[in-house]
Amino acid sequence: MSVELAALRTVDLADSGVSSLNGELHAAPAGRWEVSNPAGRHAIAVGLTVPHEVVIEGHVGYYCAGMNQEAAVSVRGNCGVGVAENMMSGTVRIEGDASQAAGASAHGGLIAIDGNAAARCGISLKGGDVVVRGSVGHATGFMAQSGRIVVCGDAGEALGDSIYEARIYVRGDIGGLGADCVAKELREEHRIELGELLEQAGLGDADPREFRRYGSARRLYNFDVDDAV
Amino acid sequence: MTAKNGTDRAGWRDGLRESATFDRPTIHEIRRAAREGVYDIRGGGAKRRVPNFDDLLFLGASVSRYPLEGYRERCDTDVVLGTRFAKKPLHIDIPVTIAGMSFGALSAPAKEALGRGATAMGTSTTTGDGGMTEEERSHSNTLVYQLLPSRYGMNPDDLRRADAIEVVVGQGAKPGGGGMLMGQKISERVAAMRDLPVGIDQRSACRHPDWTGPDDLEIKIEELREITDREKPIFVKVGASRPYYDVALAVKSGADVVVLDGMQGGTAASQEVFIEHVGIPTLAAIPPAVQALVELGMHRKVQLIVSGGIRSGADVAKALALGADAVSIGVAALIAIGDNDPTLEAEYEKIGSAAGFYDDWHEGRDPAGIFTQDEELAARLDPELGGRQLANYLRTLVQETQTLARACGKSRVQNLEPEDLVALTVEAAAMARVPLAGTEWIPGQERY
Repeated sequence: MSVELAALRTVDLADSGVSSLNGELHAAPAGRWEVSNPAGRHAIAVGLTVPHEVVIEGHVGYYCAGMNQEAAVSVRGNCGVGVAENMMSGTVRIEGDASQAAGASAHGGLIAIDGNAAARCGISLKGGDVVVRGSVGHATGFMAQSGRIVVCGDAGEALGDSIYEARIYVRGDIGGLGADCVAKELREEHRIELGELLEQAGLGDADPREFRRYGSARRLYNFDVDDAV
Repeated sequence: MTAKNGTDRAGWRDGLRESATFDRPTIHEIRRAAREGVYDIRGGGAKRRVPNFDDLLFLGASVSRYPLEGYRERCDTDVVLGTRFAKKPLHIDIPVTIAGMSFGALSAPAKEALGRGATAMGTSTTTGDGGMTEEERSHSNTLVYQLLPSRYGMNPDDLRRADAIEVVVGQGAKPGGGGMLMGQKISERVAAMRDLPVGIDQRSACRHPDWTGPDDLEIKIEELREITDREKPIFVKVGASRPYYDVALAVKSGADVVVLDGMQGGTAASQEVFIEHVGIPTLAAIPPAVQALVELGMHRKVQLIVSGGIRSGADVAKALALGADAVSIGVAALIAIGDNDPTLEAEYEKIGSAAGFYDDWHEGRDPAGIFTQDEELAARLDPELGGRQLANYLRTLVQETQTLARACGKSRVQNLEPEDLVALTVEAAAMARVPLAGTEWIPGQERY
């Protein structure tokens, strides 16, 4: 369903504070927004609840687009820790690199990172999707419960440590698997969902057949004394 | 059988002497460990005796101080939480709140009973791991929403409909530890709220996924304020281990309220070794916390809520006298709504326990219908009756607190002060930083 958006509104963060911007975004009906001079400020465009289209021209600090619902947020730069943390729906695109914990505990929506993502990408994921064109750091997918993580480059150590039902797809090399994470067969249904995810993330030229799938061995789902020592 | 020395010890016979080191619980635990090969998990707080509020006494008024008259003279009990930064601080009628306890660990009727009782007395309840249920939101006029490391059920809509937000760093029963919810209690509803498969053991993380340390916490709190348009008070809850530093860092991070949970604080499920051997007693935690607030010029500006082993109005009054703005109760509230009820003795026996001792809360077989997700068991708990009992208990706590405050000449319970207290033991005197009774001696200090 398409939503009619209000006219473009331009906000220069060099003139107005982050609180002022967020307050406007919370109060206004869905619209198009251009935000300039973010200068690494934290908590830009957090807690949005309507399908705004927000473009941020530059680098952002921690928690950009945190807990997003419905909105499409684009960052034309790099982002700090916890971009789109606990996102519920909508899309967040990072044209640069993302720091640690990108998409942490996201419940829904799509986070597309054109550069690389640092450690703990998709940590505690709860249904959201994270697609990274580059590589990811260690402990990516740590305790990820559901949702999908796609890595077109390499993944660091302890990939998918203590993972639950989330699925991880990696095209490149991995530094090592975390506890209870194993390589799994890439079946046709996985190739189809991976193709759709890549397409949504603007990476339709990537071939799903080049990826490997990782997930839970489900050996830690119920306590066993032999796992404790 | 009754022993000659008057003690009642099953198995005692002439000439047999029990070891203080290898006493019967110790021997039982060694035998259990040898049989099962796994650490013991249970609910509740520390059972060992530690210096506590019973080791303090109020001095009461005399010639040098004058008291207030019984129930007739005014003695205010309300408290405002979140005055530092929040646009909408909480104004509660009594200085006793209900601590965070999860739906999952507790049944839905139990959460409802807590909400009903707290609301009747004009105070707040708190969610727990697993998110907010309609039962607790609709029955709690004032509800504090916890942001926990697991982020189970974390939802910005619930964040906005909460009255305050509590960032949980740790809890007194297990500072440094995460949570557990064993598979027996993962019903379809609990699983759906937490986005995990039915029946698996759930480990709640011990660290937040997207922040580490006080500098990050400051930014995290700022994000929460931005999401909620700076309306909600932000609490930071810490388990008592290094309260001087933790409270100072919570203040530095921008907390409106600090919740400090001592080692007697309960848990729904933790390792026994953790419960009994990590953290410090509530009594020992308050003075360093208050010292940090005073040194930062933030005492009474950032409110301090103390929890962990609060049982009576005397405990409430003593915590306030040491500098807390309010206290929080968990285990005591659950007892008030029906936990460990002696009328269920036969049923506790069937599951290998006894009324007054039952602590296998993680197993989901609670005959009182509190620590369970079994619909049949949960239906045994009448939330209206439980709510009335909790309100009665809270009312009693407040009456007792006022009684002691008036005896010390205070027209507001928070006006109680360390000068009103003495200690019965050297240990309690040192920890509470009040003089040993009958002396001016505070161990570690010259005088107060």
